[in-house]
Amino acid sequence: MTAILTRPLAALGAAVLAALASVGRVALFALSAFRHIITPPFYGREFLHSLMTVGYLSLPVVGLTAIFTGGALALQIYAGGSRFSAEQVVPQIVALGVVRELGPVMVGLMMAARVTSSIAAEIATMKVTEQIDALVTLSTDPMKYLTAPRVFAGLVTVPLLVAVGDTIGVFGGWFVSTQSLGFNPATYLKNTVDFLEASDIISSLVKGAAFGVIATLMGCYFGMNSGRGAQGVGRATKSSVVAAAVLILAANFLLTQAFFST
Amino acid sequence: MISLENVHKAFGSKEILRGVDLNVARGESCVIIGGSGTGKSVTLKCILGLITPDQGTIKVGGEDITATGDRDAFLARFGMLFQGAALFDSLPVWQNVAFRLLRGSLKRPKAEAREIAIEKLRRVGLGPDVADLFPAELSGGMQKRVGLARAIAADPEIIFFDEPTTGLDPIMAGVINELIREIVVEMGATAVTITHDMTSVRAIADKVAMLHRGKIRWFGPVAEMDSADDPYLKQFITGSAEGPIETLR
Repeated sequence: MTAILTRPLAALGAAVLAALASVGRVALFALSAFRHIITPPFYGREFLHSLMTVGYLSLPVVGLTAIFTGGALALQIYAGGSRFSAEQVVPQIVALGVVRELGPVMVGLMMAARVTSSIAAEIATMKVTEQIDALVTLSTDPMKYLTAPRVFAGLVTVPLLVAVGDTIGVFGGWFVSTQSLGFNPATYLKNTVDFLEASDIISSLVKGAAFGVIATLMGCYFGMNSGRGAQGVGRATKSSVVAAAVLILAANFLLTQAFFST
Repeated sequence: MISLENVHKAFGSKEILRGVDLNVARGESCVIIGGSGTGKSVTLKCILGLITPDQGTIKVGGEDITATGDRDAFLARFGMLFQGAALFDSLPVWQNVAFRLLRGSLKRPKAEAREIAIEKLRRVGLGPDVADLFPAELSGGMQKRVGLARAIAADPEIIFFDEPTTGLDPIMAGVINELIREIVVEMGATAVTITHDMTSVRAIADKVAMLHRGKIRWFGPVAEMDSADDPYLKQFITGSAEGPIETLR
């Protein structure tokens, strides 16, 4: 009888302890990554390569996502606003929605899909094929050689990608509004620029930096801790994307609350 | 040169090493044999510090490996050929070979590092045309040779070979065995090889250690291996299904 009552509690306790242990491991991994970013030796070539793969090569997907999102948002706000004769607020709401929320979140999720998965799969394959062990025997710390350049590239490039995404998203709204909703192009742009405040742009870039770190860190963490074989690589990749997406959305909520709650 | 005393290692409840004692003299080639899962790779990884033993002492050149302050300098004494070669896919062959020479304490100018890499590739029978290829463009045998060239690139004092002939055809296996023997003798290096391949053992070894159930079951010169009366060793070298070593059928 007692066992029936205690077993679920024991299972719950074990799950909570396992979750806390995971949080601890990720936190220690993140601290180690940051320590390696700021202490020599620095692997410049690896960093430049990461800048390309994390940043530059993500531009097409970020641009496409942003332009369609901005366009759809303009249509939605126009349709919704027309219910109470507020169609004229489209430029302001598109700007606010894209810069504060949709821009960084969409870029963050695209990073989780494109960058986290590729980092996790690459590092997990390196682990499974003993390339990580080979690095160690060649006197090279894998945290310094693999993790630090990728996380630093995420920190530096994702805010820039968010800036590009925000601009293209606003342009998407402008294009749809001026082409099919009858807005004047110059007035639309003036309303957008006048309405946006510095804090909106700063919050967007800070979110981008946070999401860049989360996306790259999760890819590295799950890759480095991958299990054996093809299944291990698959599981590491899946877990990294899920963890990155959830953490990005959670961080977005916390950052929005920190920036805008009064 | 390398000594292990009462080394234990368990992963969870699974005991892999249960008190390994082993001594490898300077310039000697020791081959560790044993079935799959007996702890051969774990033993090598413990010596390199890739895995920390739960108990016991490991000394390299008389120095306890846990007390070595400069890990970079410690690892610079080793070269290792991995089972699957473990070449870095993203780097061309010459940069794989010269990896240690392009960064860290042994860093050389790029042109010099490339020259050394090409010389080491030549030593393992590969031409300079291979230098700019990527590992994925090479056959299994060529990858092993590149792995061997990388292992010897910085002229290490100690070289480890993890299953050097696994996955190769018998002729290529013979070529790799011969190369390993020649290189070890020529460099005067201390070598530790782990393998199941008895042809490799006879080609490479000065001394043979048989690992069974996490302990050294037999240790002696290769010349005495065939006349030894240990039933476990006999079963292993004859490849018999009948004997004291349990087999799953």
